[in-house]
Formats: sequence, C-alpha cells, structure tokens
Amino acid sequence: MVPGEKRYGQDAAIAGAAPGPGAVQAGAVELLNLPDLGIGVLLPELALLVNTRALAFAATHGRVLLPTQPPFVALRFTDRTVLAGELLTPGAPDRQLYVLLALFAAAAFDTAAHLHTAAAIRQRHPGLAWIGFPAPDADGLWRFPDYSYGRRLASEHPLTTPGGHPA
Amino acid sequence: MSTTERTDVLVIGSGFGGAIPAYHLAAGGAKVVILERGPHLTAPDFTHDLRLGSYTRIVDLVQGDGITVVAGNCVGGSSVVYFAASLRAPGFVFDRRGSLGHRLWPSTLTRAALDPWYDRVEEALPVAEQSWDQVPYPGGLFAAACARAGRSCNPVPVAVDLARCTNCNWMLNGCHFDAKRSMLLNYLPAATAHGAEIRPLHEAQTIAPATTPGYRYRVSYTQLDAGDYRLPVGVGAIEAKTVVLAAGALATPVLLQRSAPLLGGVPRAVGRYFSGNGDRVSIADVDEGKVRDLLGLERAPGIPYQGFPIGKPIGSMSYDRLDAATAEFTRFSLQQIYFPGITDLLAQATDAPATSWFGVRKKEMRARWPSWLSVLAMTEDDNEGVFGPPPPTGSSTRVATSLCLSTLSYRPTANTLRGWAAADAEARAVLESDGLARVRPWSENAAGSVSAHPLASCRMGDDPATSALDDRGELRGHPGLFVTDGSAVPTSLCVNPSLTIAALAERACPGIVESTVEAGVRARYGAPAPR
Ligand SMILES: Cc1cc2nc3c(=O)[nH]c(=O)nc-3n(C[C@H](O)[C@H](O)[C@H](O)COP(=O)(O)OP(=O)(O)OC[C@H]3O[C@@H](n4cnc5c(N)ncnc54)[C@H](O)[C@@H]3O)c2cc1C
Repeated sequence: MVPGEKRYGQDAAIAGAAPGPGAVQAGAVELLNLPDLGIGVLLPELALLVNTRALAFAATHGRVLLPTQPPFVALRFTDRTVLAGELLTPGAPDRQLYVLLALFAAAAFDTAAHLHTAAAIRQRHPGLAWIGFPAPDADGLWRFPDYSYGRRLASEHPLTTPGGHPA
Repeated sequence: MSTTERTDVLVIGSGFGGAIPAYHLAAGGAKVVILERGPHLTAPDFTHDLRLGSYTRIVDLVQGDGITVVAGNCVGGSSVVYFAASLRAPGFVFDRRGSLGHRLWPSTLTRAALDPWYDRVEEALPVAEQSWDQVPYPGGLFAAACARAGRSCNPVPVAVDLARCTNCNWMLNGCHFDAKRSMLLNYLPAATAHGAEIRPLHEAQTIAPATTPGYRYRVSYTQLDAGDYRLPVGVGAIEAKTVVLAAGALATPVLLQRSAPLLGGVPRAVGRYFSGNGDRVSIADVDEGKVRDLLGLERAPGIPYQGFPIGKPIGSMSYDRLDAATAEFTRFSLQQIYFPGITDLLAQATDAPATSWFGVRKKEMRARWPSWLSVLAMTEDDNEGVFGPPPPTGSSTRVATSLCLSTLSYRPTANTLRGWAAADAEARAVLESDGLARVRPWSENAAGSVSAHPLASCRMGDDPATSALDDRGELRGHPGLFVTDGSAVPTSLCVNPSLTIAALAERACPGIVESTVEAGVRARYGAPAPR
C-alpha cells in the first residue's frame, strides 16, 4: 500500500519500488499484531488467501513464479499493484477483508497507529516523518499560536445572515 | 432474572438528539434516565494521540455497502468528536422534493419557523462567528483561492470558545481544552443537575409495550464491557411513560426494525430514505510556489502555506452555489476541512481509479501532506440509503474496536451523482486554475462514499408513506415514542447538520412534555437555556 526501499539487498518481501521506508518499516506488521486489534491469529490465514489469489493471477497472466518465494512476493511490483487493485475493487470477493488490511497498513504509515503519537515523533517514526507531521509541545500536546494569515482574504456572500449563516 | 425498573422518561442516546430532550424533561420535573452505548469520558481523557485505543474508544467507523459512516460512540455522542461547524440550513432546503416529487419536510417547517429554535440552541451552545484573523491558514488559503476565482467565501460559525481554543486540530479525539462546546458542557450537565441519570455502556436493544399499567414502553438493554464493546456483561429492562429515541441515524432505525414485531409493526419509512448529507470530499494537492505567486500569501519567510495540520478543522466555506433559484441537485456548499492522517489512504494520486489511491505516486503525494487542502461538498443527495434486516444486537456488527459492519446500503442515484459532479467541477474551477492545486475526490474503491453526517433514516414529514414521524417527531401509530436525532431530519441540508438536529430536538420538546403529562407525569415545559 505504501511502497518502500528494500531493507537489505536480498529483501524479497519489499519490492524496493519507492525511495524511503514504506508501510512495513513504519510498523504495519506490528500494528496487525496489536492485541487490541485481535486479528493477529488470522494473519496466516490471510496470507494464504492472498497467495492463492497471487497464484491464480500468475496462471491467468502467464507469469512464472519462483517456487522459493511465497507467490505474492514472487510477483513483480507492477503485477502486485494490479492484483491489489483487483482485490480491492467494489464487488470483488473478500473485498472487505482486503480493505481492512489496506487501511491498517496505511494507518501504520500515516498515523503510527500502534504507537502513541508524541512518542512516535520523538523516535522519528518513518511515516510521520515522511508526511511532515508537526511535533507537539513539551507536554505532548499540540498548540499552534501562529495559525492565521490574519486578514480578510475574500468577501462574504451578500446573503449571509447575522451570525454568519447562509440565508 | 433481572428486575424491571421504571422511569417517567427514557432517552436512548446522549448526542444532540438525546441531551436536549433529557434536559428539558428533567428540568420540567420528570424523572429521566439516559441509556448511552458508549463510555463516559471527559476533557482529561481526551488525548492528542492517533494510537488505536485512544480516539477509537469514542469514534466508530461503520462500514455499509457503498458507504462508510463516521460517528461518535460515547456520552455526548458525535458532539464530542465533531468539528463544531454550526450552520443554519439555507431556506430552500425546506422546500426540497427529491425524486419523490412532493415537499419532503412537514408543511409547518420552514427556515423562518425553525429560526427561533436555532436561536434557542445558540443560547445554550454559543456559536462564534470567526473573524478573519481567527480563520486558520487552510481556511485562509481556500478563501483566497475563492476570491481569485471570483467567488465569495465566509468564515464558518463554530461552537467553539475561541478564547480557549489552541488550534490544535485534534477535535476528532474530543477536546482536551474544553474549548469545543460539546453536549458534555451544557445540556448534559444541566440535565443531571436536575436529576437525570446517565448510564454509559448501556446499549438499548428492543422497545416493546410495557406490562405495568400506566407505563407505555419497556426498553431492554445490554450492558457492555468497558474494555471490549463486543462483550455483554449484563442485561436489564426499564419501563417508561415516554421514550425518546436518539441513537443516531445509523442506530435508531435498526432498533425500531428489531422492535417492529414487539410493537405490532412500525411505519414503512423506518430504515429507508437514509441520506449521507450528500457529503463529498476532495483533496487538493497545493503548489506552494503558486500560493505565493498567484495568491500572494506567505505565512512565514519562505513558507507560503504548509498549513494543513494547523487549526480548527473547519475554517471557511463558500455559499455561492446555495442559490434558491437554481434546480434541485445542483446546489451545494464547499467547505474547507481538515482530515487527520487516518483518512490519507482515501486521497487519489493518479487517474487510474482502481489503483489511484495507493502505491508509488501516492507515496510521493504524501510527502507534500502539509501542503494538502481538503474540501467537503455538502450536496443534495436523493435519500437513497436503505437498511437491511437488523443484526442480532445493537445497530451494527462490531468486528474490532471502532470498526462496525452495517446493513446499510447506498447506491447513489443519477441525481446524487449529478450533484457530486457539479461540486467536483466547482472545486476544480476554484482551485485548479493556473495550476494552483490539483484536486481529486476521495477514492470510492476503499470505502464507498464517506459521510460524517448520517441523516433521514426515520424521517419526519406529512406523507405517512415516506415519513416515519409526524411533524412533532412522534413515531406514527406509537404515542409517546419520539425520535429526535439526525434520523428525523428529512433531507440532506447542504450544510453541516448538527445545529439543525439540535434545533429540531428543541422544537420537539414541548410536544414530548405534553405527551408525558398526558401519561400522568407532573411536568412542565419552559426551562431556560442551560448555562
Ligand atoms: C468526525 C465528525 C465530524 C463532524 N463534524 C461536524 C461539524 O463540524 N458540524 C456539524 O454540524 N456536524 C458535524 N458532524 C456530524 C454531527 O456530529 C452529527 O450530525 C450529530 O452529532 C448527530 O447527532 P445525533 O443526536 O443524531 O446522533 P449522535 O450524536 O451520534 O448520538 C447518538 C448516540 O446514541 C448512542 N447509541 C447508539 N445506539 C445506541 C443504543 N442502542 N443504545 C444506547 N445508545 C446508543 C451513540 O453511542 C451516540 O452517543 C461530525 C461528525 C463526525 C463523526
């Protein structure tokens, strides 16, 4: 969902399709295993499901997959992208499951949802750093004393009623 | 066996729709009990934290077929997690006909008729008109873009104590600084001061006729585990002379569907005509250089904007397309709004719909996140949502903390799609000229359309075939059973709905008191606004 660079030269799970860390380095697997979420036990099952779909994709698209790797990992990055698009398309079988997986993987990157946000920023969580999430004050709370251009930037609608509502 | 308790008035749900009648009935002398499915949290509990388990205790993501709805799950309801934009619905909304071809609101309701009730809400929940120097950067940027495109733009009235607000942008988590005027700060404490009792973690399950003479309804409930809302830890029942159902537009119709056999049937319109308020979100990927060159803005030396995470989430809004003279389904408002990172996945980055919202290009776009601007269009949808048969308990099936599956299905009609297309085109006209930004609607591949403004699933009206409630908010054929939440609002509003839900709840109170008195309770209507 959020591609990243390989963690080491022979890293097969991560395709290395984009610079900078991706969802996995941002903690997607930790997040999926959070006890609060309660889906950790389902992950082997889900991996099996994805791999079955990857095999079918390879068969229908004439791809030869390295037998030493799990089928989804063995797919080229562009094929993985197309397959992910198919799995997530409205009406596709098991789609709700894949949508949840996609959401959680992205939530690891965009929000460090397995970590307390202030702590995640302190330890330079790769996703929060990538999106440029601002740092909190020393007490772990966010405040923005400078927040406004401070001037009128448009004229209001002529039919605005007292209180600022539309007529 | 659990014992059955008795009360004069039982309120189900503690958001706008529940808190307001609870206050008026308690202040008028009735014994009031409020059942609330979620926990009772207050300002110190509201942390600035996106870890699962923090805000997810009080916010639900409810996934239907073709639509996903965000809603509050706590004492105070969605008022605790909402963004506090507080607007009166434009006058033409009350004349809407939708595709049914007749006026959908009760004939007694117009903007002028509702204005005194809006006034009353604003006494309890002061709504601040932001001055331009209180509008945060994203709102300022949107306004400047509107002005450049020849449009008008207004600061948005907000139910926020601006003197206390730190512009932290964490409203979804509940306000840690008690600056946002949720129900926790006005109607609910005023209700409890008059003896109303709030029971958190109590989920109503069915409404049936009472067995005790003089009482009208018997409501059964489940008590939920505070750590895992999927686990029931107790059951009970309460008999009441009056029931006020205010569980929100996603729960109220479902409770009634489950109760239909017990109640001897409910009106056909229960669980139909759901509206997502025509919500349509787009992300604008803004070019910082163009902000400087085209709009002349600079918030700090060398930084034209980069203000997405800063501020109150809703700052400015264009009313230009709320023109009563134009045709239905072409009118909408465009509002600048902030969405926290949990929704980032939904933003599209390319033109290939199936894969536009993830992958390499999307990651590149994330690197410009502080330069995003999002806009919410609130359009005239066609009330096309329908609920399927109810789940065994509650209003949806909770699969994980904060994640629920609903039987609601939503297939936008050609009318709704026309409205969305018009809103998309206007957002582009305002924001894309000369390359100021690139605008794309949220992907519908992930979650269908997304709404934080569920409405109209048990609506009021004059036509019994298409409205479940009469003009007073009473369920047809069931005296003493009132619905006062967003489900009673007949149509989408073209603005954020909370103030209208609250005004309609205020308006329903004299009738609820009257009905309660008829059932033998000594109660009066006329309490002043809570302070
Ligand atoms: C993130 C977000 C931002 C928003 N921003 C704005 C905004 O800026 N402006 C605006 O006008 N509107 C906004 N809204 C919408 C607004 O908050 C809602 O329209 C409004 O609060 C709905 O009020 P209600 O009384 O109908 O329902 P709610 O406030 O949702 O209250 C229903 C209550 O009933 C409880 N409940 C449900 N089922 C049961 C049961 N079986 N038993 C007992 N209790 C039950 C729920 O837990 C909930 O507390 C926002 C909403 C969200 C989620």
